[in-house]
Amino acid sequence: MTAREVLPHLIATALLACLPFLGISNTALNFLIVVLITALAAQGWNILGGFGGQYSFGHAAFFGTGAYTTAILQVQFGWGAWPGFLLGVFAGTLTGFVIGFLSFRANLRGSYFALVTLAFAEVCRIVANAIGITGGAAGLLLGLRPGFTHLQFTDRRIFFLLATALVGIALVVSRWIESSRFGAQLIAVRENEEAAKAVGVNALHVKLGAIMISAAMTAAAGCLYVQNFLYIDANVAYGTWISIEALLAPIVGGVGTAFGPLAGALCLGALGELTKLFADGVPGIDLVLFGIALILIIALAPQGLIGLVRRLWARRARRAPFLKEA
Amino acid sequence: MLVLDSVTKRFSGLLAVSNASLTVADGSITGLIGPNGAGKTTLFSLISGFELPTSGRIVFGAQDVTEEAPHVRARRGIARTFQIAQPFAGVSVRENIAVGAYLRHLRRNDAMEKATAIGRRVGLGPVLDKLASSLTVAEGKRLELARALATEPRLLLLDEVLAGLNPSEIRDVLPVVRSIHDEGVTILMVEHIMQAVMTLCEHVYVLSQGRIIASGAPSEVCADPIVIEAYLGAGAGRHLARGATNA
Repeated sequence: MTAREVLPHLIATALLACLPFLGISNTALNFLIVVLITALAAQGWNILGGFGGQYSFGHAAFFGTGAYTTAILQVQFGWGAWPGFLLGVFAGTLTGFVIGFLSFRANLRGSYFALVTLAFAEVCRIVANAIGITGGAAGLLLGLRPGFTHLQFTDRRIFFLLATALVGIALVVSRWIESSRFGAQLIAVRENEEAAKAVGVNALHVKLGAIMISAAMTAAAGCLYVQNFLYIDANVAYGTWISIEALLAPIVGGVGTAFGPLAGALCLGALGELTKLFADGVPGIDLVLFGIALILIIALAPQGLIGLVRRLWARRARRAPFLKEA
Repeated sequence: MLVLDSVTKRFSGLLAVSNASLTVADGSITGLIGPNGAGKTTLFSLISGFELPTSGRIVFGAQDVTEEAPHVRARRGIARTFQIAQPFAGVSVRENIAVGAYLRHLRRNDAMEKATAIGRRVGLGPVLDKLASSLTVAEGKRLELARALATEPRLLLLDEVLAGLNPSEIRDVLPVVRSIHDEGVTILMVEHIMQAVMTLCEHVYVLSQGRIIASGAPSEVCADPIVIEAYLGAGAGRHLARGATNA
């Protein structure tokens, strides 16, 4: 990977980082932070689902493990927020390894893999709801302690920058996957696992690598979430909402592209806010619109928004010399 | 280079390969022929590791590879093509070949350079940037060959790379196969097109109903009455022999 290859991704990150200094309101900033957290979870999903073709329906398992680990270490064991954050990402990665090892070694693919991941996430949700260390159904409340060491900031802009930095790292990692040996092998496994094995690809290792990177990113999103809202319970941490948002954003934005999840999360976030503006009285109307958006995207632009832009761009480029002649 | 020692493969009730033994000499082009359903492709799957034999041993070089996974055998230098092309459909031809090249080249530039060189060599130069899903049957066969070749194999297993090609396409591919062999790659090929087997192979094994029924130089094997009967039915050998004396 050369510097030139990651330039667009670094520029996009820098542009994002400029946003809070354009004098936007705290409400807008809060909304954007949630969008970035969703984007990060979606970027994680995109590594395994987009590049690896393994459609997980249970990324909540990683999101929740990251969130709970961060929260439990702080509330129950008195750890600092930063080590809690790091260990949260590590715990999520480990969860990814365990789920991946069990399901990939059993050769589960396609809808079977999707169902098994969904089951793992649901088991996590039920267990977290029942045991004591997670605070049970009441959940865990992080005390309000502003300060750098507690990862809580009175200035919302700093938290926004932290989220942007993580999204930027995920962008660069996604770009690395696009242009690396590991990525080529991962895409080969997605396209045709048997043929990949025939040319020496260790499909199990490649898929395990992918699910661990994927889980690490989504777990980081979970850690961010709990630091942002300072509260977590089982239905938020391990709820299907995050599994769905994590896969909806890349599918809308462009599966298997570095920018897809971010683009998708921004568009879906904007769509959700706009509908709340116009149809505030109807609960769940934003989900209805998400469903319609998903159907439209799958029918009209199966490569997502990024694919659509690329297609239009290519068509323009093809037409350009034609125009010159005329 | 490759030795199969009484290899048997049974799919529950079906005996696909029965007690087959064969040797592929270092640096040779060996042919494997036989009627449809004889077990040729199953034998290839056993050699490349996609199926594990019910009994018997497979030795590659000095190494017993009987139990090894396909990717491990690919690393040792066994590469196979698929009878029905199995491209990575959603990516370009060049990237397809590069996945093979990545086996021995860790850096992207090296793998891409290698992929381009091999693509040109097998005649895929003009379509390197096209999607693999858009290839014709003949181009798909070439892609199979290119991807296997990109792994820099010591033993190349060709599963009917000529089937489905027209005569002029066959004429184009034959020299490519021969030049691969001239570089020191040992080749074991399953082929139905006898013209190709006769001109390329030094030694031929005939598989029928899972059993090796004959082996030897191509011309000898084709004249063997047992082989003729395996292809044309019982009594055909005698009938042909009688026809020859009558004429």
